[in-house]
Amino acid sequence: MSADIVSPSLELLRVTDLHAFYGESHILHGMDFRVNRGELVTLLGRNGSGRTTTLKAILGLTSRRTGSVMLNGRETIGRPTHKIVQLGIGYCPEERGIFASLSAEENLMLLPAVGSGGLSMDELYAMFPNLKERRKSPGSRLSGGEQQMLAMARILRVGAKLLLLDEITEGLAPVIVQALGRTVATLKERGFTVVLVEQNFRFAARLADRHYVVEHGRIVDMIEKDQLEASMTKLQGYLGV
Amino acid sequence: MQALYGQLLVGLINGSFYALLSLGLAVIFGLVNVVNFAHGALYMTGAFLAWLGLSELGIGYWPALLLSPLAVGVLGMVVERTMLRRLYQLDNLYGLLFTFGLTLIIEGLFHHAYGNSGSSYPVPEALQGGTNLGFMYLPRYRAWVVLVSLVVCFGSWFVIERTRLGAYLRAGTENPRLLQAFGVNVPLMMTLTFGFGVALAGFAGVMAAPIYQVSPSMGSSLIIVVFAVVVVGGMGSILGSILTGLGLGLVEGLTKYFYPPAAATVIFAIMAVVLLLRPAGLFGRET
Repeated sequence: MSADIVSPSLELLRVTDLHAFYGESHILHGMDFRVNRGELVTLLGRNGSGRTTTLKAILGLTSRRTGSVMLNGRETIGRPTHKIVQLGIGYCPEERGIFASLSAEENLMLLPAVGSGGLSMDELYAMFPNLKERRKSPGSRLSGGEQQMLAMARILRVGAKLLLLDEITEGLAPVIVQALGRTVATLKERGFTVVLVEQNFRFAARLADRHYVVEHGRIVDMIEKDQLEASMTKLQGYLGV
Repeated sequence: MQALYGQLLVGLINGSFYALLSLGLAVIFGLVNVVNFAHGALYMTGAFLAWLGLSELGIGYWPALLLSPLAVGVLGMVVERTMLRRLYQLDNLYGLLFTFGLTLIIEGLFHHAYGNSGSSYPVPEALQGGTNLGFMYLPRYRAWVVLVSLVVCFGSWFVIERTRLGAYLRAGTENPRLLQAFGVNVPLMMTLTFGFGVALAGFAGVMAAPIYQVSPSMGSSLIIVVFAVVVVGGMGSILGSILTGLGLGLVEGLTKYFYPPAAATVIFAIMAVVLLLRPAGLFGRET
């Protein structure tokens, strides 16, 4: 990795030699990567390579983790999950994590602020007009697309600077995936920093500045946006597509 | 007919206590995932603190109604913070065993200090006497117990189901790890919820003091029935525990009138039938 992309003053997230465990299973074997302010970075890899676990380990949701996760220059490895998140992280979990017993609006209002400059309700309802119509519906009655919009909206309200998005296009209709693509592009323009775990490579390729390739719980390669065309053969080998 | 109404009132009173206790158990089980076996012992502690306050310090019923649950709640939070918390990552059988052990210790201490004979607690002056309704005589204190239990139970239900504070509890009940991953201090929520649940038990204890004898074993005889109520209603269901508590109290009262020998077992018979037909309980979600 060349030094000019990852100068320390721009750096928001730095993961160094991160190991993570679920009970006795050792899932991450020394992850190393950095994300600069305002960057959109993806974690690519096959199923089971450890991408989702990487996001969970950053949040302290795995049963044990060692190594270093620096957020905004602060070490988070010894902190409990809620204190890490309060440093300014918005997390959109796999399968969206909408609380079924809460209405759409309750889901949206539930999260405490983790920073300043969150989007207002008016801005959010302008960005996701469906949510306004459905605000009284219980979370369990929302469609997959509505749930995904809600999962995005609720982390934009709280003033998070770093968004961890896990498989946000999974199982959604193409028209909704396109809408999500526009949303993520808007967020990038607004200066959010994003780590995207994505199965849909075409979706990720259009948006990302850099791609990290994950295999067996390690970063094995890094591909920049402008090298993407040239690296397709190599990448197909990694992803097995 | 007099006797029938009388038994219905007794049923309603018992049902009020079942509802208060199973509500606390449901809230605790929902968020903290602990089957709190010490609930009966803490109910007894609430009653005892009221009795001790009156006999040793001259603290009357009304202050005790507030102070005693407060003390029980604080005791619960200390236990949660220092001991119970260490068991969360284990199977919830360990939480049950721990709280069962705690029950033996608490009851043993009171037994050692005050013996097993019950003491009576006077009905507060303002609630003495009663009203003749024509078809039956209604003691004022008993009417008060039913009324206050209903207000507290449905008030708690309203707060949990309809307010922002309750939304945290519902979300935490569904998925505490995820709620924490949104920046909510879930460990603190668990402490406060455990404190609130056992404070309800302490509150029920003070309410019960003028009706039943205040004795170290008053909780253990009640808690078995309350667990049956919780099973029938559905573990963790808030509204279910309230309605089932009141309903089974009434069923028990009716049985006492129509077929007294079955009165002590009817709740367990219902529990067996519910477990056969609807294992998740009447109000529980099938999983």
